[in-house]
Amino acid sequence: MSPFSLFLEYSLVGLASGGMYALIALGFVLVFKGTGVFNFAQGELMMVGAYVYLTLTQMLGAHWALGLLAAVAVGFALGALVERVVLRPLAGQPTLSIVMATVGLGLVLKGGAGLLFGPEQRQLPELLPRKPVFVGEILIPGGVFWTFVASLAIVLACLAWFRFTRSGVAMRAAASSQANAYAVGINVPAISAATWGLAASTGALAGVLLSALNSLTPHLGDVALAVLAVLIVGGLDSLAGVIVGGLAIGWLQAMTGAYLGGSWREVMPYGVVLLVLLVRPHGLFGRKEIERI
Amino acid sequence: MKTRPSLALLGPRCGVLPLSHADAGRRLDSPLRWGGLALLVAFLALLPFVADGYIVYMACLVAITIVSVVGLNILTGYTGLLSIGHAAFNGVGAFACAVAATRWELPFWLAIPFGGLMAAAAGVLVGLPSLRIKGLYLAIATLAAQFIFLFVVQHWTSVTGGDRGLQVPSPQVGGLRLDSDFRLYWLIVPVAFAMCVFAANLFRTRIGRAFIAVRERDYSAEVLGIDLLRTKLLSFALASFYAGIAGALMAYFFRIANPEQYGFGSSILQLTAVIVGGLGSILGSILGSLFMVALPEVLKGLATLLSGADAARSAVMLASARELVFGLLIVGFLLLEPFGLAEIVRRTRARLAVWPFRT
Repeated sequence: MSPFSLFLEYSLVGLASGGMYALIALGFVLVFKGTGVFNFAQGELMMVGAYVYLTLTQMLGAHWALGLLAAVAVGFALGALVERVVLRPLAGQPTLSIVMATVGLGLVLKGGAGLLFGPEQRQLPELLPRKPVFVGEILIPGGVFWTFVASLAIVLACLAWFRFTRSGVAMRAAASSQANAYAVGINVPAISAATWGLAASTGALAGVLLSALNSLTPHLGDVALAVLAVLIVGGLDSLAGVIVGGLAIGWLQAMTGAYLGGSWREVMPYGVVLLVLLVRPHGLFGRKEIERI
Repeated sequence: MKTRPSLALLGPRCGVLPLSHADAGRRLDSPLRWGGLALLVAFLALLPFVADGYIVYMACLVAITIVSVVGLNILTGYTGLLSIGHAAFNGVGAFACAVAATRWELPFWLAIPFGGLMAAAAGVLVGLPSLRIKGLYLAIATLAAQFIFLFVVQHWTSVTGGDRGLQVPSPQVGGLRLDSDFRLYWLIVPVAFAMCVFAANLFRTRIGRAFIAVRERDYSAEVLGIDLLRTKLLSFALASFYAGIAGALMAYFFRIANPEQYGFGSSILQLTAVIVGGLGSILGSILGSLFMVALPEVLKGLATLLSGADAARSAVMLASARELVFGLLIVGFLLLEPFGLAEIVRRTRARLAVWPFRT
């Protein structure tokens, strides 16, 4: 194979895995945009969703659709619960307290999953077709390709939902100004809880897809740390930025992995984070924060 | 950030009548406080003679943790700059000290400050963006710096020894090798004591007050004539210096510096200690460190009690249980006692002062 077609193949596989990043990042952006909280526990919410799916399909032998539905439902309930019990009492507290509360929450979920399920790697039943897909003469592994399609579909569905449905518009209203949202009769606390629930649901889907592709351990959530780069590049509060950032980071990671080696692949996102924070802290599409004194 | 109510304690107290401004600002202003200090020093001096080896080992570990956590509290609790990468500065200090001690064969009294200074330099580097970004974004930047640090350490094998790390020789005083926990105690605990005293006094000076002003509202502080960049960088430098000293002590204490010790988990442990102990409180840092070092030991005891023979299984479960308990502590303290153990101590003291009446 010529170097160029090799480059193309790496690029395509990278872009395809970028779709997964976009889906993971979506959960962060939803919560940040809706409630101004950066949720360090998002990765652990993914992991919980994946374990729910595993428990139902593998241990109880349920149909995969039922498992998926249950993962989404449990994710939603857990997200709304977290908002109600942990985040709402902390409203108005400094960033430090809120960030640490989500970090603590992540530890609780990770530790709890470790105690319940043990540290073993678990294999999820196949969810998406494995048959490789050919683009021209370039081969893309089936799991990667279909995960990309599913992820992008979920992200786009969320975008459409925000744009066209009544509840989506209410969420955007509450995000842009709480006071004005109250004034037009939107139940802002309920919207906040629903935003958290929705973010956790997308997280649960991401968790199932990701662990079906690789494998599942209580440390699945650590992936979310690498997704920081996607968020910072795209902008913490931009839904469109999630897609662009996800694809960009996926491609960059494939490139560094292919031409510089595996360990560079791991550290590259953090380098990107520092660089973007220095040059353009609000990312490509994020809203610039203006501080009033 | 909420203002701490502790300033009330600096006011006039029973049996103490300050007659000048200098008197009013004095910390050790009554026989009771002098007595308390003397008692503490006597306790620390006698401890290694009466306690068994395990206690001495734990005491050293607590003292090292205190140094590092006090540093993190200067940055996060007093200056309001959240850092999720503090352990990286421990690492810089440890490796700088290890290189100084092995390559250049510097004595420990030069190698330890060298570790601190290198960490401070790294801290200034990481702190540079802090004027432009703050809050959450700064936290993410420090997190990124943490992972980049680990990457550098693991790949710069010619200096750091990669994943295997560097062996560190025991410090030498005259002809005496400090090669046991008992002997190292006399190095570690006095250093920790001095650094706590320095930190406690720092916040009675212009610089320390500037840190607090920056925490409360950085733009307002600037209007008061505080140079923001300089103050923030100084806070980063100081916090990292503390972390570096702690790292260097750790290197001597464990006789090795390897990247495993300075990961994300250690950063989170130190942040937990700050929150559990009390943000913006030196006493809190001390209590928090004590708590966070003792807690895993208690859990370990419980785990062996519960699981019995299967050691490997119980070790794995222990790691999960630790995460669970740390997480619960963070969330619980933030929700129920945001100023931590230090606030509990303060309340108890205030209650005791007027006992048997109610406050």
